Formats: sequence, structure tokens, C-alpha cells
Amino acid sequence: MYKIVKKNSLTPVICLMDVEAHRMAASAQPGQFLIVRTHEQGERIPLTICDYDKERGTVTIVTQAVGASSRMICHLEEGDSFTDFVGPLGKPSEFIHWPDEEIAGKKFLFVAGGLGAAPVYPQAKYLHAKGAHVDVIMGARNSELLIFEKEMGEVSDNLYICTDDGSKGEKGLVTNIIDKLMAEGKSYDHAVAIGPMIMMKFATLTMKKYNIPLTVSLNTIMVDGTGMCGACRVTVGGQTRFACVDGPEFDAYQVDFDEAMRRQSMYKELEVEADHKCNIGLHR
Amino acid sequence: MKSKMTRIPVREQDPKVRATNFDEVSYGYNEEEAQAEASRCINCKNPRCVANCPVSIKIPQFIQQVTLGNYTEAARIIAEDNSLPAVCGRVCPQEVQCEGACILGIKGEPIAIGKLERFVADWSRENGVRFTEKAPSNGIKVAIVGSGPAGLACASDLAKLGYEVTIFEVLHKAGGVLQYGIPEFRLPKEEVVEVEIDNVRALGVKIETNVVVGRTITIDELFEKENFKAVFIGSGAGLPKFMGIPGENLNGVFSANEFLTRSNLMGAYSGESDTPIYTGTRVAVVGGGNVAMDAARTALRLGAETTIVYRRTEKELPARVEEVHHAKEEGIDFRMLTNPVEILGNEKGWVTGLRCIKMELGEPDDSGRRRPVPVAGSEFDIEADVVIMALGTSPNPLIANTTAGIETDRYGCIVADEHGATGRPGVFAGGDAVTGAATVILAMGAGRKAAAAIDEYLKK
Repeated sequence: MYKIVKKNSLTPVICLMDVEAHRMAASAQPGQFLIVRTHEQGERIPLTICDYDKERGTVTIVTQAVGASSRMICHLEEGDSFTDFVGPLGKPSEFIHWPDEEIAGKKFLFVAGGLGAAPVYPQAKYLHAKGAHVDVIMGARNSELLIFEKEMGEVSDNLYICTDDGSKGEKGLVTNIIDKLMAEGKSYDHAVAIGPMIMMKFATLTMKKYNIPLTVSLNTIMVDGTGMCGACRVTVGGQTRFACVDGPEFDAYQVDFDEAMRRQSMYKELEVEADHKCNIGLHR
Repeated sequence: MKSKMTRIPVREQDPKVRATNFDEVSYGYNEEEAQAEASRCINCKNPRCVANCPVSIKIPQFIQQVTLGNYTEAARIIAEDNSLPAVCGRVCPQEVQCEGACILGIKGEPIAIGKLERFVADWSRENGVRFTEKAPSNGIKVAIVGSGPAGLACASDLAKLGYEVTIFEVLHKAGGVLQYGIPEFRLPKEEVVEVEIDNVRALGVKIETNVVVGRTITIDELFEKENFKAVFIGSGAGLPKFMGIPGENLNGVFSANEFLTRSNLMGAYSGESDTPIYTGTRVAVVGGGNVAMDAARTALRLGAETTIVYRRTEKELPARVEEVHHAKEEGIDFRMLTNPVEILGNEKGWVTGLRCIKMELGEPDDSGRRRPVPVAGSEFDIEADVVIMALGTSPNPLIANTTAGIETDRYGCIVADEHGATGRPGVFAGGDAVTGAATVILAMGAGRKAAAAIDEYLKK
């Protein structure tokens, strides 16, 4: 069992938890994910690793209550435990392998959509600490779905916020902010976009205009998360890849987003029928 | 009175009934049937059955004890060589191993060794008989990667020798393919798999689930930080293969691994699990091995009309004869000499069918089987809303990629000698991770050999 040592409600529908998992805390790196189960009959739910504390032996996750399984996570309280908590899974972000001197002074742009702020945070933190210039765009449907504003501010040079309804920051989409920054003459060596599949698709189309290398993190359907089932297969550069072991991060310009979105909706009908399933993709 | 040359038939669930449930197909022998079958054994001086058992169970000895009604003693004899007898009695391909070599098989029917092994194991479980004798602890730690058949067999032998054994399992339940792959109707999980794994635990073996060796912890760290003195890799062959034909990523196309994992490991078949499974109404399963049979029979039980598509003839089907027979009895449609060339879909991206081409057998290939060749212009469509690919699996590259000194061949299999030794001292490997997908019992045999080699290595 994996004990929840801290729980914070970030917004009425989003909660943050620090979970005791010593081995995982010691080995987790930016870009990786984990899988949880809340009870014996529960699904294996993939979530991104949002932070980790090697000394305390805890791993931080963020969950938005959108369906039955994610609601079950959010209903757990401090002192409760997850039945299963496994990871880190997937490959770490590519820049983990870059030498420090290559990172220092490089300019990164992160684009976080909704809960995508959770996986963006450890990446921005890692790069910022190594002396990179880090700008972050955070977007959400409304202010209630915006998280990590303060934390992200601490690990970035510039933080830009937008909401679809204008309830916080600029009114508009993350792609509008990308265009605006570019119009202002900003330049970046590398960009990373993480959020709902549709947001990553449009961030990719926008970023392509400016010729900036872009990485996305794909939140596909998964069962085992270790390469066994192939539920997460995506077409990248014309090849079938498994998001769980070949990713989750890929070169955005090679990803077939339309196929990925279609595959992500595979169990939607069953979910509606049973009224107890959520779109796993929204967890991450 | 039946002739001594004919075996006692085993009672099975009626095919029409079992096609709608997940209860075990075979009921197994009762005491009377087991004794009658056991009494057919002529107790050969030079038992060919033992030589053909990958774990060398002392078959005539245990069968003699069954005829005498000494089931505890029979169980003890089996336990010396096999830590999972209720599993093996159910899923071993006895017809090509022990039973295939039985002398009675020359003129009549071989002894039903598998059914007798199952009888003894089931009797032990029902009567609470368990063997936990082992050498006193020597305090030496050995790590095992994977709690499937190879890992469990290796762990049992090492624990009996006094080693402190920890198995690391990536999934949330122990058992590997016994949990995620083989369906309930062939291998009940709670009554059989979990009980036999508990027997391994009773030997003092620790099983840590939810550990991804290669990610959560590496083999180097097991040696350096956690003081393990040897490691056995029994991580199996879990990566599914696809054909690379158009339409394979349509919605409704699954690997057999995904379909079976949802049903078995996640319990979706029971309707009580939160994990969804999509069966559709017409399922086409591509492949001819045991996994294809398992996937097809699972889909059938979940209510779909099910067809198996295989590119060679029935004679070449790699699945066990018993499984093919059961599948046919249950109403699975077999399309032989048929190979998919494309998966067809609708405008929403869901599967609507399978475009196939007829095949004919040509010259023998490397495997000695006649190579299937397409018949030009013979394409035809099979209607399906779910397609399941059961084309085999290959080893997960994660461990080899994260451990220095471990080599793999061009199929991704870990290179190890016949005792399981890899290129790195102290690291051993066996089972499907080394051979590619094979059987439960071959993996167990490899696990046992590696256990002996590890003992020898650590005694040096």
C-alpha cells in the first residue's frame, strides 16, 4: 500500500497528493509517468509524475475529477493509501541526457494546457535550475482549472496565463499567446507542449510556422504501461510506436494527432453507458 | 470394464453451456477415476516420461502413490521438482512431453499424466497439504525479476536451498502470464494460481509487486544498494507483435495481450471490474497458437461470434490439440489458409472487416513446415467489428537496455548459456526472456537450471 502523506485541493475539482513511494521517488525523472489503482477492482490509471522528493521518499501527483476513476482518486484523503502505485514509467525527457553546459543559456518555451501544468512543472524546474531561460504559457478553460501558478512562476523567467473565458489572464487560447510572443520577436531553441490531445495538435500546427523544435507528451489509453498491451500505440513518423515505452514524449511534428485522438476515444461509448468511466487522457 | 489401453475420460463442462461462462472447462478426475487411471501405469524401469518432462518430475513414483491412495506422498514427490503442479497439470502440453513419450501410447492411449498431476495438486489444496521444508537460511540475497513461471520455479529452488529470495514483479499481481495471459476457464486464478503462488511464498520467498526493474530500480542498484549477490531475469516475452498491414491502428483492433490482460488480469470478464473491454459482435482473431485460442474463446464467452484466421492448415496450428478441439466444440469458426492483407474501417475509424487472401502451401520453410503462399486474385472480406492480433510476442528490451553486460540477439532475446548464465557474472536469465515465447513448463525448467547454476556460482 502506498500512503498519501499530503493532500491539497488546488481547485474545487483538482487535487494534489504526495504519496509515499521510496524507490520511485529515488528514480523518477522529468517526463515520466506512473500508474495507480485505488482499489482491488480498480482500473490502472496513468498519471504524470508532477514532482518527487528523494529525501522524503514521496512522489507528487495531480488529478482532476472528471470521471469515476479520477473521482475515486480525489476522494482519497491524507492517511489513505493507494492499492497500487507503480513507476516511473516511460522514457525521461530527452534533455535529461544533455550536459549541463548545453542546457545553460538555452531558451525553452513550455506550453501547458489545463492539467498539463503538472508534467510541465518538473521539466521547467529541472531546466531552470540548470540555468536555462524558461518561458511558460499556461492555459485552461477557466480559472478553476488553472493550477501551479505560483510554483510555475518560481521556475520560469516569464509566465503567461490565458483562459478560454477570460476568467484569469488573457482571454484566448495558448496558440494565441504563442503567436503573440513570436510577433514580439521572441525566439526559442526548443519548445514543449503538454495538455489535452486537441491542444497539443493545435500547438503543433502553430509552432510549426515558427520552425521551433517541439516535443509533446502523449496521454494515450494504457493498460499495463510497460509495453505489453499496445493499447497506447500511436503513429509517429509513419511508424507505430508505443507511448508507454517508446514515449510518452515524441517529436510533435511526426505525430498523427487525428489518429491519436480517435484512439483515445475508443472506450467513450462504454464509459457513457456505464456512467463510471472517465477519459483517462484528461488525468495527465 | 474398459480396456487397459484406453484412458479414463475426464469430465468436462458441456460445450454449449461453457461457451457462455468462464468456469473451468475440465472438471478433472475424482479419486476413483484417478486411481483407475493411475493403475494403468506399468511403472517402467526406464521411464521415458521423466526424460521428457522439462522439470523431471518423478512421474512413475507419484503415480504409484496415487494407486495406493497415498496422495500426500504423491504430492510430496511432485513438489520436489515442481512448485506449480496444479498449473502444470492444466496447461502443460503433455501430449508432446511426458505423455508423448509414454510407452502405452504406442499401442493404446498414454497415461493421462497431466490429469493425474492436477488431481494430486487439487487434492493437496483441498486438504491443506503444503510442503515448506527448506534448508536453514544462509542469509545470501538473490533477486528475481518477474513472478511468472520461470521466476517462481527459480525462487522455489533457491528458497529451499536456504537463500533469501525476493521476486520483483512489475504488475500489481504475481504470476506473470498465469495472471494476465491464460484465461480463467483454463486456469482459475483464485483457486489455482494464487494458491500455488502462496505455496512459493510459504517457502519464504518475498514478492514485491509494482517494481519496474530497469526503471524503479536497476540491476546495478540491486547489487550495489540492496546487497543482492545474484539476479535471475525471468521477465518473459511480453511485447505484442503486429502484422504491419494497413488499418492496424483502427479502433477495435487489439493485441491478444491487451484483450486478455483486460479480461484476465483486470477482471473485465466478470463484469465486476472497472476496466472496460470491447468485444463487439463479430470478432476475428488472427493467429493459430494457444494465445489465439484463448483470445477467441474469451471473445466467444463475452458474446461475440468468433472466427480464427490462420495462414496455414489445421495440421500446422501451433496451439495444443486439446485447445483447438475445445474451441471447435464451443462453436469457434476456423478459417484456414487465410491471411489478412488489410483491416477495413468506416469513416469514424472503427473496424468493419478484414480483407484476406487465400493461401496455399508451397515448399517447406526454415521451420520445416510448408510455406504458405498467397493465391493471386483470391482476396475476400470477412465482416468483423473487432480484430484481435495473436501473432506472438517478443521480450521487453527494458532490462537489457538498462543493464551493462547483458547481450540480446536479433530477436531481442537475452543471450544466456544452457545454465542461464549471461555475459555478466552473477546475472542469470531464463524462460521466454531468453527463448522467446514458449511454454510455462519450459520456462520453469529454465528457472530450475538457473537456480542450480546460481547456487554453484554463489558457493564459489
